[in-house]
Amino acid sequence: MTDIAAAPESLLAAPDQASQREITREITELHAAYRTREGAGETLHATMHDFPPYRSSILRHPTKNPKLVDPETIELFSPAFGQRDVAKIESDLTLQHAGEPLGERITVRGRLLDSWGRPLANQLVEIWQANSAGRYIHQRDQHPAPLDPNFTGAGRTVTDDAGEYLFTTIKPGPYPWKNHVNAWRPAHIHFSVFGTSFTQRLVTQMYFPGDPLFALDPIYQSIHRQTDRDNLVSAYDHDLTVPEFSMGYRFDIVVDGPDATWTEGEEEH
Amino acid sequence: MGAPRKTHAPSAGQTVGPFFAFGLAYPKMHEVVFPHSAGAIVLGGTVFDGAGAPIPDAIVEIWGADADGSVARARGARRRDDHSFTGFGRAMTDDEGHYEFWTREPGPSGSGAAPFFAAVVFARGLPDKLHTRIYLPSDAAVLDADPLLASLDADERATLVATRTPDGGLHHDIRLQGEKETVFLAF
Repeated sequence: MTDIAAAPESLLAAPDQASQREITREITELHAAYRTREGAGETLHATMHDFPPYRSSILRHPTKNPKLVDPETIELFSPAFGQRDVAKIESDLTLQHAGEPLGERITVRGRLLDSWGRPLANQLVEIWQANSAGRYIHQRDQHPAPLDPNFTGAGRTVTDDAGEYLFTTIKPGPYPWKNHVNAWRPAHIHFSVFGTSFTQRLVTQMYFPGDPLFALDPIYQSIHRQTDRDNLVSAYDHDLTVPEFSMGYRFDIVVDGPDATWTEGEEEH
Repeated sequence: MGAPRKTHAPSAGQTVGPFFAFGLAYPKMHEVVFPHSAGAIVLGGTVFDGAGAPIPDAIVEIWGADADGSVARARGARRRDDHSFTGFGRAMTDDEGHYEFWTREPGPSGSGAAPFFAAVVFARGLPDKLHTRIYLPSDAAVLDADPLLASLDADERATLVATRTPDGGLHHDIRLQGEKETVFLAF
């Protein structure tokens, strides 16, 4: 090996630096084309792997169709996580440092469900996010917004018997990135879940209602159907709002499984 | 009896984004088994993009059976005790795009089955997860009998079978795009 790998942060900026107008035009045209293809009977993956408005995807998406296979034994199970993997306090992102983080304190609650609406208990849920100023603690984040000495932005929990999780955190800020000129991500929290079958493995993002950046964001818009995009937007829930403490948001997550995951029965995986 | 009709639309996947390490990294995440313990091997390789450049911000996760083919049900993949076999590992690529696990080779799930690790790939720039498999370089008859491998041409098949390293480990590169693009799976 003689090649020296480029510094990862040097890869973050798209080389062409298109305008937002150009990116929005590309998104609109692609969505129209997908609607035509689906109208003609084609079934498209909910999230488009080939979505050039998200510039860093251009060289990082497969060009061949995935091979449809029957899941084998190992793929119909998933790793068993449990309370021994996660301490209770890890679900409160506001308690990880000596002081309180700045920002709007929120509680996020939801259920993890399978395709038949069955709650999935004892499932690991991992989240990570920017701080209230839109800055990630990651060392390669170059956004010149302040770090918060009282906020890391990572948490995890395990779902209870009703498949519910609950996090206490602060509302993340919108975040600039270098996909194109003046590119800003809508405020979001990253979620990672497993499901009961490895085929259900899911990493997604939770958004906040009414964000004006939705239409402009090529990552959110890589999901081509409006209904699927809407499902990633949390709902403000006043019943989850804690008096004198935090604003409440509800966000349910549904993991997709092939029909074979139905036959797993009642035993816990 | 078949499964009833699905009632809930799945949540769509999204990229892990550029800055995931602080959220997803944990101690010994790539040590499916304790390094240098009996049967432990290194499984590693490089994740490449469509221009053949290494991807320094990818995640590879493996999930495999134990050496006897049994599926681990032990908890603790996220807080390792250095002896329980949980079957799961997570690795993030380094600046050269390299990932690495300490693991054990999975046994066959049944008589004559070709053993493999189930694997999932995430990356900045990858809009959603990708499923694949990493097969052990078993003898040809075993691989030939595998339903997935049997459905592939030789070049495709080569992208799913690890190679043996001189020190007894396994080497397996993953190419997200390009001429030798890894075969990815839908279920």
